[in-house]
Amino acid sequence: MNPLVLWFHKLGSPPYFYRFAGRLLPWFWGAALIGLAVGLYGGLVAAPSDYQQSDAFRIIYVHVPSAWMSLFIYAFMAVNGFIALVWRIKLSETLAMASAPIGAAFTFICLASGSIWGKPMWGTWWTWDARLTSELVLLFLYLGVLGLYQAIEDRRQAARAAAFLALIGVVNLPIVHFSVNWWNTLHQGSTIKLFGPSLIDSRMLWPLLVMAIATKFLFAASLLSRARVDLLELEAGKDWVRRIALAEDAA
Amino acid sequence: MSYGTAASACRALLVRDFSLVWRRRGDALNPVLFAVMVVVLFPFALGPEPTALARIAAGTVLVALLLAGLLSLDALFRSDLEDGSLEQLVLSPHPLPLLLACKIAVHWLTTALPLLLVAPLLGELLFLPRPVLPVLLAALALSTPLLSLIGAVCVALTVGMRRSGMLLALLVLPLYVPVLIFAAGACNAAQQGLPVLAPLLWLGAGLALALVLAPLACAAALRISLS
Repeated sequence: MNPLVLWFHKLGSPPYFYRFAGRLLPWFWGAALIGLAVGLYGGLVAAPSDYQQSDAFRIIYVHVPSAWMSLFIYAFMAVNGFIALVWRIKLSETLAMASAPIGAAFTFICLASGSIWGKPMWGTWWTWDARLTSELVLLFLYLGVLGLYQAIEDRRQAARAAAFLALIGVVNLPIVHFSVNWWNTLHQGSTIKLFGPSLIDSRMLWPLLVMAIATKFLFAASLLSRARVDLLELEAGKDWVRRIALAEDAA
Repeated sequence: MSYGTAASACRALLVRDFSLVWRRRGDALNPVLFAVMVVVLFPFALGPEPTALARIAAGTVLVALLLAGLLSLDALFRSDLEDGSLEQLVLSPHPLPLLLACKIAVHWLTTALPLLLVAPLLGELLFLPRPVLPVLLAALALSTPLLSLIGAVCVALTVGMRRSGMLLALLVLPLYVPVLIFAAGACNAAQQGLPVLAPLLWLGAGLALALVLAPLACAAALRISLS
């Protein structure tokens, strides 16, 4: 067998993945923390203040990366859910379910920071803008996936049911996005645009890109940490888990 | 061993479900009562001025019917699960999506259709402008089957659980958002004298899509929860 394909098959086995993720984790956490530090310094200190919003615009460095992550993680969860349902790979179930709380957290951060940003800029905490509404529905979808996963006792069946719900959400999200766009424009024409037609200055752009990459690493690191714990719980009683537990005891 | 045709299985299922509902016909009225109660609460909360009520009438009726439908969703598979006939349905040699489509159709006819019939009365209670009523009924006629179909998929996912009420609402309501937006959009357009065809056509398109996909998704979800 092709060594790459062989490695990929091996990665599907929980003990192999546990060790592999354990080796990657320090690097991912390190990259995430350094990236966050650099990005936040660049965004909060180094970047020039906006000519209209002055310093208030700096929340963009938290808001926009978490908005990107909320969608990215949903896509990741759905792809893993699809793999879990079609090929019944245990690892994909674990990864899909481990990414759901992280995605919900990013979605919540996006909504909360957007609302804090909206208060001085738009004069209101909340507006029924199309983007805000889709993001709120996305949060509800995440909470539905989490709620369903918690409600079923059998872990693997719970993961499959929740993965299926995530897939339904994938079909639903574009429809929601389209319908709220249509609903909103029917009532109030043009809404406040986050970015005007002018392009963002490069001194403001690079911290944003660094933050986008750093949040990816943060997601990867917390996903692997969660998945490792979930795997131990799921496989409790198996031989490899017992060996790890004994090694932990001895240390 | 012969199993009969899929058509005869569907007919048997339809007859069985209808007679089950008929023997407990008092229960079938509960969603209607619920919808009436919810609508009656609004004048108490908002004050009895006809102009204020007329402005929110269509949306209130839509939401009340949506919630009534949500409450009745739980009954879709509940009794079949308890007496074991749901497992028999899943094991049957006939296509499960087809059988589930029959069950959903019976559910819609026995819970949503009475709601649809009571909608003019609810509209009258809230001083719904007369020209809006046909549009509201058309929107309801297209959206209630859509809600039943989408809801059935979520019910299938929660079917084994003892207390699934709140969870079901959490699963279903985000999926209901687009349906509600288009149905309410048609009514609002009618209220402002604008053309109403576009949102109704969107609802119809959604219904066509759901009619094909929802029974398949429902069958897949049921197989997951009963595995």
